[in-house]
Amino acid sequence: MKSFLSAFFLVGIGLVSNTVLAAEIKGDKEAITIAKERKARDEGWGTNEANVLMVLKNSQGREATRELNVKSLEVENDGDKALTVFESPRDVKGTAFLSFSHALEADEQWIFLPALKRVKRISSQSKSGPFVGSEFAFEDMTSYEVEKFSYSLLGEDEVNGEKCFVLKQVPEYDFSGYSYQKVWIDKAHYRVQKVEFYDRKESLLKILTLLDYKQFKDKYWRPMKSLMRNIQTNKSTSLITEEITFDTDLKESDFDKNSLKRVR
Amino acid sequence: MIKKVALSSLSLVMVSTASAFEITGSAGAELRYYLQDALYTEQERTYGSLFLSPEIYSEFNEGQDTLIFKPFYRFDEHDKERSHGDIRELQWAHYQDNWETKIGVGKVFWGQTESIHLVDIINQTDSVESVDGEAKLGQPMLNFSYFSNYGNFSAFVMPYFRERTFQSVEGRLRPPLAISDAIYESSSEQSNLDYALRWQSSIGDWEVGLSYFSGTTREPELITSISQDGNVSINPYYAQINQLGIDLLKVSGAWLLKLESIYREGQSEDFTALVTGFEYTQEGILGSRYGIGYLLEYQYDERDNNFFAIGQNDIMLGLRIMANDIAGTETLFGFIQDLDNESTYSAYIEASSRLSANWRWKLDGYFFSSNDEEDPFFFLRRDDHIQFSLEYYF
Repeated sequence: MKSFLSAFFLVGIGLVSNTVLAAEIKGDKEAITIAKERKARDEGWGTNEANVLMVLKNSQGREATRELNVKSLEVENDGDKALTVFESPRDVKGTAFLSFSHALEADEQWIFLPALKRVKRISSQSKSGPFVGSEFAFEDMTSYEVEKFSYSLLGEDEVNGEKCFVLKQVPEYDFSGYSYQKVWIDKAHYRVQKVEFYDRKESLLKILTLLDYKQFKDKYWRPMKSLMRNIQTNKSTSLITEEITFDTDLKESDFDKNSLKRVR
Repeated sequence: MIKKVALSSLSLVMVSTASAFEITGSAGAELRYYLQDALYTEQERTYGSLFLSPEIYSEFNEGQDTLIFKPFYRFDEHDKERSHGDIRELQWAHYQDNWETKIGVGKVFWGQTESIHLVDIINQTDSVESVDGEAKLGQPMLNFSYFSNYGNFSAFVMPYFRERTFQSVEGRLRPPLAISDAIYESSSEQSNLDYALRWQSSIGDWEVGLSYFSGTTREPELITSISQDGNVSINPYYAQINQLGIDLLKVSGAWLLKLESIYREGQSEDFTALVTGFEYTQEGILGSRYGIGYLLEYQYDERDNNFFAIGQNDIMLGLRIMANDIAGTETLFGFIQDLDNESTYSAYIEASSRLSANWRWKLDGYFFSSNDEEDPFFFLRRDDHIQFSLEYYF
């Protein structure tokens, strides 16, 4: 899985890689330019660490919560690395996910099971599966990379009081649970305001709304609340960022299998 | 003045100590019900038990040093050997970027397969605790690990040996006699100095591990002896062994391909054993949230059947059903068939789900069958059981 925050559709990759890979991105020119700008605006954020509250609601409105700590590291010319540790529910306390996102090759993921002291590799197929029983799929949690999709511009619209471009993006990676997504990107800062996810039968499955954007380091925007609603089941999951710190002294070595066993 | 400073610094220490210790853990109640009448007169049909497993944790030097203490105790109403305590962990760890040391009692897991753990050898199995062999006793050790671009290298020195736990005469899941005192090949007995080396690395889609162990075998052989006054006893014999192990995993889309193999010398015969297979995962079954994992593993062991090594030429079929719900409901069905003997097979079900943020239930069932008097399962043929546990996590 991935930093929920970079997850939240931000993140930058080196310009170099964008130019190198530019030829490979499919879609109409205008749409690709918007997608690249979205990515470019979030380049260079470095590292961050966040405490996140996940609130899961079933169709009867009953709630369950999970507390997560998410550490993220930007990787130039590739997808990001993220380490997510569960604080609650208590039976999974200390369970940790490590993920290396990649643009087109399969993401690499490991899970640490504290009771068994076992690190397990996770198969790429689990991508489309729900993340810890939530309405977010693993693939919704990975960092945004331009190369992951092909694009077309559907038009313009207003969402959350922001004028937005509306893009259709079709996953280019294997094992996606979606046929396509519609993404609302605001014109002011190229932030994602809303995403509609369409299942493999092309029916609307989920709607993600990103709220309370805050700016960090005078440049990078992060939503403090992300709400994912499943239209077909009427269940929902919110991710609430309770605390986020940038420029933490996280290093590459904090994101390997050994760090999984060290987490608390 | 000095007194005051001393007092306030003392209270400061106490405050920082108090806030630096984190106490978590679990406790629970379990009820085991055996489906058939016992084979042996001392045994019961129903066994209730309670366990407590707190975990006290502290870190200092900005997390570079950690201390953990994890005692465990289970009380069983009938089986006095299953009423047992253990120090699962009591360890000081020191972490640096590319190396770490751990001193004290700890737990280490090696390997990739599901149906049997051949390579995993550091910790002794707490076999009274769980039938699946996943529960382990704490192992006293000195451990040094070095992390490089060429993988992770670890060395272990183990100054004290832990005997495998066995049921008492009142317990089920045992041979006709309760297993009695251990016999050692090493004259130092439990104080034999064991050591182990391991290298593990992720190389693209591969997970690769190599390991070497030298010391007291974790898996005893059972010796039946008759004393001068005619009493028969079954004793576990712990030989000195050398063991070489390899474990591999390859990710290939929805497939995880797994292999573990060992070569062990020093017991009554030198032998090779191997387990290999796959796990195939499907998500969104029929448009639902459900995920299914299909498991198949083939087990091979050069030895003849022995009480603890039963995978001579066996195949395990497994089905893992993940509800992917808020409660984290998961069920694993397994079936292991001995390919040499049609009548020898076992099956299990392991299901669990969360009731609230702190409570979880588990339902496990284990079933054994054999008509072959030579087979270890012959002793267990009437020990089919289901168990229900309710666990509280704090």
